[in-house]
Amino acid sequence: MKKIFALLLVLCMATALLVGCGGGDTDGGKLKIGAILIGDENEGYTFAHIKGIKDAVKALGEDKIEVIWKYTVGEDEKAYNAAIDLVEQGCTYIFSNSYGHQSHMLKAAQENPEVNFVAVTGDTAKTANLDNFSNAFNDTYESRYVSGVVAGMKIKELVEGNKLTDKNYRDGKVKIGYVGAFPYAEVVSGYTAFYLGIKSVYADVVMDVSYTNSWFSIPDEGAAAEAFIADGCVIISQHADSTGAPSAVQAKNKEGTVVYCVGYNIDMLAVAPDAALTSATNDWSVYYTYAIGQALKGEKIATNWAKGYSDGAVGITALGTACAAGTAEKVAEVEAALKNGTLKVFDLNTFTAQAADGVKVDANGKVTEYLADIDGDFTGETNVVKDGYIDESNADEFRSAPYFALRIDGIVEHMKSES
Amino acid sequence: MSAAVTTKTKEPFLRIAKREGLNPWKAWGIRGIALICALLLCALFVFALTKLNPLDVYSSMAKGAFGTTRRIWITLQDTAILLCVALGLAPAFKMKFWNIGGEGQILVGGITTAACMIYLGDLLPLWLNIIIMVVASSLSGALWGLIPALFKAKWNTNETLFTLMMNYIAIQLTAFFVSKWENPFGSNSVGIINPDTKGGWLPEIGSNRMVSPYVLPVAIVLILTVCMFFYLRNSKHGYEISIVGDSENTARYAGMNVKKIVLRTMLISGGICGIAGFINVAGASHTISTNIAGGRGFTAIIVAWLAKFNAFVMIFVSLLLIFLEKGASQIASDHGLNNEASEIMKGIILFFVLASEFFINYRLIFRKKDKKEA
Repeated sequence: MKKIFALLLVLCMATALLVGCGGGDTDGGKLKIGAILIGDENEGYTFAHIKGIKDAVKALGEDKIEVIWKYTVGEDEKAYNAAIDLVEQGCTYIFSNSYGHQSHMLKAAQENPEVNFVAVTGDTAKTANLDNFSNAFNDTYESRYVSGVVAGMKIKELVEGNKLTDKNYRDGKVKIGYVGAFPYAEVVSGYTAFYLGIKSVYADVVMDVSYTNSWFSIPDEGAAAEAFIADGCVIISQHADSTGAPSAVQAKNKEGTVVYCVGYNIDMLAVAPDAALTSATNDWSVYYTYAIGQALKGEKIATNWAKGYSDGAVGITALGTACAAGTAEKVAEVEAALKNGTLKVFDLNTFTAQAADGVKVDANGKVTEYLADIDGDFTGETNVVKDGYIDESNADEFRSAPYFALRIDGIVEHMKSES
Repeated sequence: MSAAVTTKTKEPFLRIAKREGLNPWKAWGIRGIALICALLLCALFVFALTKLNPLDVYSSMAKGAFGTTRRIWITLQDTAILLCVALGLAPAFKMKFWNIGGEGQILVGGITTAACMIYLGDLLPLWLNIIIMVVASSLSGALWGLIPALFKAKWNTNETLFTLMMNYIAIQLTAFFVSKWENPFGSNSVGIINPDTKGGWLPEIGSNRMVSPYVLPVAIVLILTVCMFFYLRNSKHGYEISIVGDSENTARYAGMNVKKIVLRTMLISGGICGIAGFINVAGASHTISTNIAGGRGFTAIIVAWLAKFNAFVMIFVSLLLIFLEKGASQIASDHGLNNEASEIMKGIILFFVLASEFFINYRLIFRKKDKKEA
């Protein structure tokens, strides 16, 4: 009984505070934006989104917009609860930043047709066909291609300087390692673009991909990188969110192993000052400025939105000191070509593949048809081959989320057993 | 007393003595003081680090948990789910059977519930499916609890390690089913099950959308709470549990079949944790993932122990913990104090609440100043 009283006291105090401090919610006709985030500013991926939203609000006028933040929201009913709570607080535009928030956002969107929901990095807006539910994604594969060019410059320098040993070659080709999170189209599209970026500079390369089955695991990503280094990989890149791989590469680089890394999302120079070349990154402020700008004007947000170099939505971080001479000039040249559209990342003349379900190739192995899975029903149904290239992330015609899941020659995936 | 003074032993500066029969009002006072100290220290911490007005921060916490009708009900629902796990763990811990496996028992209960929703949700009438889900989830949870109990009874294995390791098996099992049921394909998540038909979802009670989805989970757990209170306090089983917990030898001497009691209690313990998994999947999240247990299997141990296995007291302990959790996310939202900051506050408050038990059970005796050695 005594404990009941003690705890009742807590509640009384809490309620007293509640009553004492209520009634502070005054909005002077501001546009209320809700942000549902998988992490907080301590985690690179979410930090990029927070920065994007803050920059957008700054650009559009802080006096006109109020943002209500929901941090560390899990990918379960908490996402739905957060969305509904934001609706009840008067938000009219709500963004979520993680893929797993999507189905909960969709549920909230169905129940609240007067509020607009955007599941950023989601992929079902096209099939859901609701007026108030959208997806957005950056053309990250473009920045991965550019980060591949940086890595390619380094490999060329190492080969020409005779810095590599037999261990670094397989069948006369330089070995590269790539730590992926999951075998999804998003990851496949990213590592293929990275590989093609390298190949555009130095053609004789092979790449191994392994999966950690997690978006963020410092030990797993570190272990995967170490396995690649032991195998003789010269460049290690990643599509997972932690600093595990760059840290492992830095340690081996310090010991004298010839190995360098290319990161993702954030500048890895802080953890790998000697080994990091650059990171592929996103500038989310481009999207948020567009979307919140539409909201201010009272106009509809595009159901699917995907932009890359042409709009400044993607890029690479500062080049590390380990980068080969002439890298900056080469990067500028490639970026310019991506911007004006003369360079296509998935140019069919730059790679070959094997015929498979949904993949048709000619006698030389050049892809002539690739059926991508746009509607999320497990099988490819839409031919995304366009005059000479694969049209990845065409938001107007298909959808914003990546759908390039074609396995090309020269890349070997190592599937981890079911876990 | 004068005889004692003649011995040369030096009296320590501070002695600790067991307190007997403390006046309940005094105990209540000690807890109150502990809580006020905790709130003061938190206030100091908040102000020193962030220069925010601690009262604003506390009011945010209260708003986060009770600010709107829906928030109140979500707080109640989350409290109910945590409480349900604690209700499951209480008989095991009272028996001194260290069931660290609540997490796994919740998960297997969740998996069976999700399976019923996916395969039977649109097939059977809802009432029939709910009965099947309740039975299946409690059976699977009970099985998960029974396995370590069997090994304990038969080969005297260490139940702490065994139940803990069963958690990892359950997590892997869940991961397996998540990849089997993933929707959309390749997403590695199940998504919401039957979003359109709501097949297998616990029905909503009433027409107020801010309340209706949360009523049934809360009601089920309240009924369980009452049952568990009387089961532990008034039933023969409850008596046996407390005797086995105090001393197995005494129990044996009194002619109790200890093995049978252990097995039976773990069946109940695992079964209720399985039901917590059912409530979570069918009533709250409508999906299954490896995080649905979300550490509740461990947090509930604190709840059960702090309440000394009194089911009614557990209501308030779980409410306190959920209040702190909801408050934490609200202060992150309102004041930009991130989760780490709120975890520290949660830690301070729990530390004081736990420490107050020490002062209720023991008494500090300081050396008297005037005592001079001869």
